[in-house]
Amino acid sequence: MYQLRGVTKRYSRGKKTVDALAGVDLTIEDGGRLVIQGPTGGGKSTLLQMLGGLDRPTRGSVEFDGVDLAQLPEARLTKVRAESIGFVFQSFNLIPTLTAQENVETALVPLGLKGAARRERAAEALGSVGLGERLGHVPGELSGGQQQRVAIARALVKRPKVLLADEPTGNLDESMRDEIMELLEGLWKEHGLTFIMVTHDSSIARRAPRLATIRKGRVTITENAAA
Amino acid sequence: MFFTYLRRELRRRRKAALVVASGLALGIALVIVVSSVSSGMSQAQDKVLQSLYGLGTDMTVTKAAAPPGEGDNRRRFEFDAKGDTGAEQSSDRVMVQGFQTLASSTVTQVGGQDGVAQAVGGLSLTVLKVNGEFKPGEITPPQGGGRTGQGGTGGAGGGEVRGGGAAFDVNSYTVFGTDVAAPALGPLTSSKITTGRTFKSTETDAAVAVVDSAYAKEKSLAVGKTVTISGTKFSIVGVATADSGDSAANLYIPLKKAQTLADSKDKVTTVYVKAADSQQIDSVKSAIQKNIPDTTVTTSADLAGTVSGSLSTASDLATTVGKWLSIAVLIAAFLVAGLLTSSAVSRRVREFGTLKALGWKSGRVTRQVVGEALVNGLLGGVLGIALGLGGAYLVTAISPTLTAQLGSTGGGGGLAGGGPMGGGPARQTASKALDIALTAPVSVSTIGIAVGLAVAGGLIAGGFGGWRASRLRPADALRRVE
Ligand SMILES: Nc1ncnc2c1ncn2[C@@H]1O[C@H](COP(=O)(O)OP(=O)(O)OP(=O)(O)O)[C@@H](O)[C@H]1O
Ligand SMILES: [Mg+2]
Repeated sequence: MYQLRGVTKRYSRGKKTVDALAGVDLTIEDGGRLVIQGPTGGGKSTLLQMLGGLDRPTRGSVEFDGVDLAQLPEARLTKVRAESIGFVFQSFNLIPTLTAQENVETALVPLGLKGAARRERAAEALGSVGLGERLGHVPGELSGGQQQRVAIARALVKRPKVLLADEPTGNLDESMRDEIMELLEGLWKEHGLTFIMVTHDSSIARRAPRLATIRKGRVTITENAAA
Repeated sequence: MFFTYLRRELRRRRKAALVVASGLALGIALVIVVSSVSSGMSQAQDKVLQSLYGLGTDMTVTKAAAPPGEGDNRRRFEFDAKGDTGAEQSSDRVMVQGFQTLASSTVTQVGGQDGVAQAVGGLSLTVLKVNGEFKPGEITPPQGGGRTGQGGTGGAGGGEVRGGGAAFDVNSYTVFGTDVAAPALGPLTSSKITTGRTFKSTETDAAVAVVDSAYAKEKSLAVGKTVTISGTKFSIVGVATADSGDSAANLYIPLKKAQTLADSKDKVTTVYVKAADSQQIDSVKSAIQKNIPDTTVTTSADLAGTVSGSLSTASDLATTVGKWLSIAVLIAAFLVAGLLTSSAVSRRVREFGTLKALGWKSGRVTRQVVGEALVNGLLGGVLGIALGLGGAYLVTAISPTLTAQLGSTGGGGGLAGGGPMGGGPARQTASKALDIALTAPVSVSTIGIAVGLAVAGGLIAGGFGGWRASRLRPADALRRVE
């Protein structure tokens, strides 16, 4: 699925330059599950942006299904994001003025799905995360856990190849955290997609079969056969 | 999705939308009020000019101004020294206004010029009626003594009647000799016949008169009664009410009769000209001036230049200060709308970044932002039009009174009935003051401009915001803002 070679991302703010990623080589199997951890500022989010085609590396290649996302023209990169990649963000990133259902629908807009078909699929996706009763609520009327469920439904409604989650439980309290983790794991098994998640939660990291640790832009992989 | 998203944004962010909209509304309302007030001003000016000219007159032709003091037939009152003690004497003095006339043939000549649709002559007269009583043998030195007739001989050296102890009652009124065959042109067209009738085209030399309603009221004249001008009895056939409230003359009589009364056979004071094409007035004017020597051609535009008083001050104010103020407010409103929209986009960086991360094309996000701004602009337009109509209505409802002073400045030249005047009553008739109620009519084109401005405002705001939105990256979805 993914083949990263020598990926470097350099940010420059004024005179100071930071290598958020410093020559990362990484392979992720189709249908695999990778947990990313590391200290704050280590480059976790930056790596996820490279994987999701949200940004391009300064150097190196990010091969996704045989195409280099680093070289892809913007229009095609947008298409890859629309069709193949689902995102879940730490702070949910829902559109505050749209209802749960409409928020989920936004993921189907670039696929050209119209009207009733779009609404139906959105409702279905919300049903699968246990929010079938909350279609017409705006984010402000939902709890944090419910909002993140809407975001998960939005990420999965397009039936992507990859689900990328950046600290999906980071803004939730403990009880909700487990709930969301269970949901994500269940969905991963059910859909057979590639699941890459950044987390600070060491208990989750410990249970992960494959763990990537990023420090100062460098990745170390730990395989955990026991998990 | 476009309309759902748009509707939701506008409903849930009503306050922000209202701020942008009301800024634009203010600018648009100001434009409406200023432009309707200035069109009200120009209507008022037209009214002023009409009261002199009549409807449909594009220009007037008068005798060119001769240098003052040159052989001018100044007149004075002549009372026969009858010597009867205490006897009351009366005299009507009929004078041509401005003392300058053109030959009737000039009317035909003007009518023959290229671009002239019609030319009609008219004779403006002033009649001074003096009733007085002499006490005999009382010759008082010039400084002492009573008042003489204030008109007539004022200023000129000798020969005045300085009859000490004489009591005079001076009355003056104006008479206009109108061409009864051409009722469509001339001063009488700015009045409506309210009772009776106007002249028949056969009454070229009939002793009939139309009297202005204000004068009729003052002198208790009415249809069926008679009025005597310098010994000739005229039967009143109609009463005319001036549209502007101020008439061109007190009495209207057939031109030929007026010429006889003033002893000015085949003479007119003014030729009223209607141009075939209102766009060609300037070229017709120069043609007449070139081909018919010794004439002064005055167009409405020339005359408008001599209007002073609060109307012209207000009108200047509306066209200068008002115009610039509304342009300034409009530019400010556009800028504020643009900046507010742009800053609204900045506050929604993560929202738009997320949509881009979800695979929305940049153009789709930009379109959403521009759409919102455009609706804000239209909302501003609707508010602005409502506000502007309210303002214009208020001006019309209050209808402040403005005074227009015609020709009181710039000694004489170029005015209908003007000419060289060495003082005397003619001058007073030439310059007149009118009270005009200001209205603020809103035209369809003003509303059209307002709608255009609203759209422009929306597009400018959308331009700012859309530009900002188009530059956002999908990675901004992860930005830590708010
Ligand atoms: N847009 C940017 N401009 C400049 N520097 C950036 C930018 N984004 C990230 N960085 C820097 O790159 C480094 C890696 O950032 P990144 O967000 O990937 O860290 P992280 O591991 O996700 O941290 P955290 O656990 O706090 O989320 C940091 O030093 C950060 O300051
Ligand atoms: Mg991070």
